[in-house]
Amino acid sequence: MRSSIGGASYRTIVRPTSDIVLPEFEQKLGIIEGCRHHFPLLHQQINGKRLVYLDNAATSQKPQIVIDAMMRYYLEENSNIHRGIHYLSERATQAYERVRARVKRFINAANTTEIVFVRGTTEAVNLVANSFGRTNVGPGDEVLISAMEHHSNIVPWQMLCKERSARLTVIPMNEKGELILEEYVKLLTPKTKIVAVTHVSNALGTINPIKEIVAMAHSFGVPVLVDGAQAVPHMHVDVRDLDCDFYAFSSHKMFGPTGVGILYGKEQLLEAMPPYQGGGDMIKSVTFEKTIYNDLPYKFEAGTPNIGGGIGLGTAIDYISNLDMNAIQAHEHELLAYATERVAQLPGVRIVGTATCKAAVLSFVINGIHPHDIGTILDDEGIAVRTGHHCAQPVMQHFGIPATARASFAFYNTKEEADALVKGIRKVIEVLG
Amino acid sequence: MSALRELYQEVILDHNKSPSNFRTMENADRSVEGYNPLCGDHYTIYVKMDGDVIADVSFVGTGCAISKASASVMTSIVKGKTKSEADELFQNFHNLVRGEPNPDSVTDRLGKLAVFSGVSEFPARVKCASLAWHTFRAALEAKQETVSTE
Repeated sequence: MRSSIGGASYRTIVRPTSDIVLPEFEQKLGIIEGCRHHFPLLHQQINGKRLVYLDNAATSQKPQIVIDAMMRYYLEENSNIHRGIHYLSERATQAYERVRARVKRFINAANTTEIVFVRGTTEAVNLVANSFGRTNVGPGDEVLISAMEHHSNIVPWQMLCKERSARLTVIPMNEKGELILEEYVKLLTPKTKIVAVTHVSNALGTINPIKEIVAMAHSFGVPVLVDGAQAVPHMHVDVRDLDCDFYAFSSHKMFGPTGVGILYGKEQLLEAMPPYQGGGDMIKSVTFEKTIYNDLPYKFEAGTPNIGGGIGLGTAIDYISNLDMNAIQAHEHELLAYATERVAQLPGVRIVGTATCKAAVLSFVINGIHPHDIGTILDDEGIAVRTGHHCAQPVMQHFGIPATARASFAFYNTKEEADALVKGIRKVIEVLG
Repeated sequence: MSALRELYQEVILDHNKSPSNFRTMENADRSVEGYNPLCGDHYTIYVKMDGDVIADVSFVGTGCAISKASASVMTSIVKGKTKSEADELFQNFHNLVRGEPNPDSVTDRLGKLAVFSGVSEFPARVKCASLAWHTFRAALEAKQETVSTE
């Protein structure tokens, strides 16, 4: 075994009867160091070195209370929702629906009918591409995406366009990895049926001006889907302020469990859309002749959902809501600036993605050293980064590189960890340079 | 030696920096592309046959140190071998990087391939080490399509 858990100073606390108690956050500032102990996984050694987890854009770690909440759900409440009249089913239903209300508040949606639970951001995009897309996109129409999309916000639209004989058009980006808005406006045509764009680029860290992008699209009467997977853990998202029509994000990138995602959609749009999948829970009545679909949001939630995961997500939202998002942003911004300055100075290193407005993602390449080799040597130092194309091959093609190494930070990362990264990259250059 | 040093042995680093047989081949009988979509390693292997004997073999492309060194070593050792000898070398190499034991008699005969023994400690890198071999074998079998590790 190359990894081992050691020196962990936490206990798994199962509270069988009382409600989960959120950790008390001393003061809003200076919380970062204090929060690390909420994340048991961070306190382990990899290859005999202290783990430095810098792969948060792939998935975030989970605080103890999220783990506890899910365990408690399975220990005490597990039951299927929306159909039982027995006590446990009622309790599970209430707990699950309370999560919907928390999501609604978290992103400031107008109504819980606008919150559809799915498996993840990918499924949310597929839902819109299939349901909205097949209804509204026809031959000769256009779907407008951007040059920095994750494959999950490219391929579903490509499949739709192929099926409907429509055209996929792409907002270009500049050398810093910023979308060129002057070109975007030109690409909005009477044929454009939907714009699908990411809030924060997973490969480059670019934060897109979503409010502006949405306003421009709306001036042409075009709805906008926003891939918010990389945004939600790093900034306060207000879907009504953004005025976006759809907003998709994943629980596992925001300190919740895998297997749960959220599609927010404006009620009017969701109402007009046909179901995505058929099955239980999404119906009011079924005969062999006819099925009457359920109301929103259940119309889009066929089958038993990931209830335990939903419970974990609810607790993750409680956890984040107790943090000061402004303090998180300031801390991550400082970390990114600190790491960028030091990494950029190393010989042969080039930062990929230098947008003015950036989330804590540091993608880089080293002259003559393949990112995969960088990843292996950093791993040997206990540093977890992602190497490869980050499911964004068109982004790599734009920069003329096969892959990058990517360090992505969360609020629980520290300057010491950024220093460890710099030291690790020095070692990479020493071994392979 | 640490696992990392065993992976990145000097020989491997040297092959990475100045690979052997790193050239296109105008008069190749066959050329096949190999691609690892996970990390973007991308090579073309050229083969020229003389009956059953591999008369010449070369490669071009980009990728990580392990994949490039593997292509370099492979092209060096299969040149002049017959197809079945090359197949046997591949099988030995495959066992080596996957950490599956070769008989002692084989281990002694691994020769230059032995430098890849460290790969078995890094499961994520087995595909890097194997890419050139899979591509080469596809060329031997006269397969035309691109070889992918996925």
